[in-house]
Amino acid sequence: MDFQLSEEHRMVQKMVRDFAQSEVVPVIKEWDRKQEMAPFILPRMAELGILGINIPVRYGGQGFDYLALGLVCEELEAADSTLRVVMSVHMGLNSMALLQWATEEQKQKFLTPQAKGEKIGCFGLTEPGAGSDVAGMKGTAKKAGDEYVLNGEKMWISLATKAHHALVVMRTNPDVADSHEGLSAFILELDRKGVKTGDIHGKLGMRAGSTGWISMQDVRIPAANLLGQEGEGFKIAMSCLDNGRYTVAAGATGLIRASLDASVKYAHDRRAFNREIGQFQLVQQKIAYMVQQYEAARLLYLRAGWMKNMGQRNTRETSLAKWHATDASFDAANEAIQVHGAYGYSDEYDVERYLRNSRGAIIYEGTSEIHQLMQAGYALGYRKDAELRCELPAYDVEYWQAEK
Amino acid sequence: MATRHSMGGKIFVYVDHFKGKPLPASWEVVGAARKIAGENGMSVSALVLGQGVERIAQPAFQYGAGEVLLADDASLADYRPEPYAALISKLAKDSQPEAIFFPTSTRGRELAAMAAIDLDTGVIPDVIEIEHEGGKFTATRPIYAGKLLAKVTCSAKPALLTLRVRAFGKPDKDIGRSGDITKVSPALNEDQIATKVVDYAPTEGRVSLGDAAVIVSGGRGLSNNPSLQPPADITDEKQKEIWRAQQGFKMLGELAEVLGAAVGASRAAVDAGYIPYAHQVGQTGKVVSPDLYIACGISGAIQHLAGMRTAKVVVAINKDSDAPIFKLARFGVVGDLYEVIPALTKAFKERLHK
Amino acid sequence: MKIAVFVKQVPDSAAKVALENGVVSWGDAPLVINPWDEYAVEAALSLTEQHGGEVTAISLGDESAKEALKHALAMGCGHAILISDPALKGIDSAGVARVCAAAVQKLADIDVAVFGKQAIDSDTGLTAAMAARILGWPALTLVASIAQLDPAAKTIRVQRGIEEGRQIVEGKLPAVISIVKDFGEPRYPSFMGIRKASKAEIPSLTLAELGTQAPEAKITWPELISPPKRKVTNEMITGASADEIAANLADKIIAEGVL
Repeated sequence: MDFQLSEEHRMVQKMVRDFAQSEVVPVIKEWDRKQEMAPFILPRMAELGILGINIPVRYGGQGFDYLALGLVCEELEAADSTLRVVMSVHMGLNSMALLQWATEEQKQKFLTPQAKGEKIGCFGLTEPGAGSDVAGMKGTAKKAGDEYVLNGEKMWISLATKAHHALVVMRTNPDVADSHEGLSAFILELDRKGVKTGDIHGKLGMRAGSTGWISMQDVRIPAANLLGQEGEGFKIAMSCLDNGRYTVAAGATGLIRASLDASVKYAHDRRAFNREIGQFQLVQQKIAYMVQQYEAARLLYLRAGWMKNMGQRNTRETSLAKWHATDASFDAANEAIQVHGAYGYSDEYDVERYLRNSRGAIIYEGTSEIHQLMQAGYALGYRKDAELRCELPAYDVEYWQAEK
Repeated sequence: MATRHSMGGKIFVYVDHFKGKPLPASWEVVGAARKIAGENGMSVSALVLGQGVERIAQPAFQYGAGEVLLADDASLADYRPEPYAALISKLAKDSQPEAIFFPTSTRGRELAAMAAIDLDTGVIPDVIEIEHEGGKFTATRPIYAGKLLAKVTCSAKPALLTLRVRAFGKPDKDIGRSGDITKVSPALNEDQIATKVVDYAPTEGRVSLGDAAVIVSGGRGLSNNPSLQPPADITDEKQKEIWRAQQGFKMLGELAEVLGAAVGASRAAVDAGYIPYAHQVGQTGKVVSPDLYIACGISGAIQHLAGMRTAKVVVAINKDSDAPIFKLARFGVVGDLYEVIPALTKAFKERLHK
Repeated sequence: MKIAVFVKQVPDSAAKVALENGVVSWGDAPLVINPWDEYAVEAALSLTEQHGGEVTAISLGDESAKEALKHALAMGCGHAILISDPALKGIDSAGVARVCAAAVQKLADIDVAVFGKQAIDSDTGLTAAMAARILGWPALTLVASIAQLDPAAKTIRVQRGIEEGRQIVEGKLPAVISIVKDFGEPRYPSFMGIRKASKAEIPSLTLAELGTQAPEAKITWPELISPPKRKVTNEMITGASADEIAANLADKIIAEGVL
């Protein structure tokens, strides 16, 4: 069992870290205050190839593996969570689903431009009235000849106003007995007639990001935009979440690290009662827990990434990683604020932003409560993963790196 | 044609100048050379190279040179390393000095480097202390951006040393002192020189940062003046921020004017586009050693400290009482620099009768 | 064009450098490519982008120096060579310059040899000018931008950053240049570059294989010292108004005798 990262992985990690720390960190606070996404972020991530990091070269990607994706997400979120959200929706929830479920034509048409960063992808599952209760969604897609007509509203959609393509899940069959089986997944170009998007402001965190809504009114899309088969929508959505959650787990790990690093630095810089505060045991305790949480979170997401590389079903392991890391990142940020004292309460330092950003991840991509139910289900034998018609392809170096 | 002025050896000093205007650092080096020469029964020969530079000989004597070797030629009008180094090396081969001292300027350092190759000797660059014992020169110099000091010896003759600017103190000037000028010819013909100076563009601004005795320096905090209203035609937020910071640097410039100071900047201010890189103090900017360094809105990140930690007196003005710069500061003010700096400018104007 | 760029592996600039038993230690701070050398690599790559050709990155050191070379490869250099030899221990700047010159000659047909302004550990800033002198090539140091390069006419025109401003100098090729930060931020390694670099086998040459020997060091460092802890008494200046603070501060500064 080799716990070492390869030289290639380390170099990728360093490159993304350098980018995030030198180009984003110096300006992110201002954008967070403005509640706007900095316009340079998406083009720059596209330019650097980050938006296609683990997609095969033949589909316009950089040909790295799923571990690289995790490492990249850890580095991005250590700078700001909104950077990692880009990877979660564009790559985890959308592009990787295309890799897993799309036809060759769909891959050429949608995946390749996304991997190249020419188009941005997002994911439309959640509705104003349906979050955890996915099957309770109301948005519909009615077959009409060789088209589908989409009606409905999706909410809490990251990059809604910035993306070109949305992977949406809609109800195609309202009459089926099990509502899970009445859903289908579609690739929706957001510039189609009848599509409206908008931003949601006033969020507690993720303020330097873009969270919005997508409204569909009699939107007509070709039947060729159906992803997978009719009725597979729920299964596809769950498999999307396996990948989205993975990026969240990796990112939240980076957030724990950011809280830890900030706390260590401050503990050395700040003096009280004639010594640096790192000398006080209660400060040390907080830092010790951050270390423990960081290392555990890191191992959990790396294992999930490794399983993806191996082509092994990893729903359970990814869920565990996400639940652990997100809860831990909230605790770490909370304690980091305490270490900083009053300064932690001010946006002069980064830790209050870490706390506000961390809170969202406990809710999205499966609430912590959902993950608890999943883990208990696996442990008690109530829950078993059935094989999917299409699995996420195992990482194969030659296939990923060949031009054709 | 070496002239023996004393029983001991000679110390050559390269008098650095730009277009005939000697750098103050050159006189510091002459002064330092004279002190060591005096302690060791040696004499100081100043090397003056250029065109129309004969008048540099007079201050050279006044600061302590016993003789001046003067090369005045069209081929030396613009500084170029090859002809200058070739001549310095030739003069050294002829006179066999114990050492050649250079100021650590862009020219001094590279001339020392090249002469070392010609003379098969070594260079101790950027020294802050010099000892001469048993015929050998040992000098102390900062390494790792000043985190450590190394005592360095040169085992060959002549020892080539470049002296850090402002590390050796203001030299004494004896107006009455004079000496012999020996005219020398350049070592290379024009057609033997592989480079040509095409043009020159001066840096915008007054005092050169490297030479300045006083530096007023600004950081990212300079843009922090929301009450300052940019003109209506600036709509971009980033441009507004830059405009505000530029007003801030103008304000620092007024203080600098009163103090005869140079204006410096932290890396953060330069990277944000507030002021050109020429003003940057720090690890990847200029290392400065002024007598007085006034840091305004600069937190004191480690790379900035590396560039100014040897300043004699540091004054810090910052809103954040935790800013690391305060640890280095002889005097600190926790406050709004937009209030303190204009008041300080006024206070100095009154006291220095400007 | 054939370009050689020299890179050095040094402790990270943020490292806490200390003396342990008279020897320099930087704890577990990583070794990185000398920041100035990244600018040099950037300059070298931008030249080949404009004029075609390839860049070879060269480093002197032990196996660990291969990391700096891999970074250079990942940025886009075509080749990398490590010069490793026990005789390099204790070498001085002139010695380094001689080895660099030998490497340039071994590579043959080099048009430009590029160095960073200085290494952030030894801070000497001598190597570029020394290498130029040994090679008998023009030394164009402290280059802030390359205004023009004519491969046919074999000339190069650069803007040098000197104290007084910018000096524009034209020189014949082949030439040695050293690069300052004004040149422009070095590019990140591309992902493709990272892949290539991690797969690359970097050849290691001894001095004998280079056709040279270790020159005797004229400069030695018999002693290292920690700088004296400057006893700075910190005094915070306060007052009821900005004017009062300013008056107090101005008086104190004048009393220090620094104006």
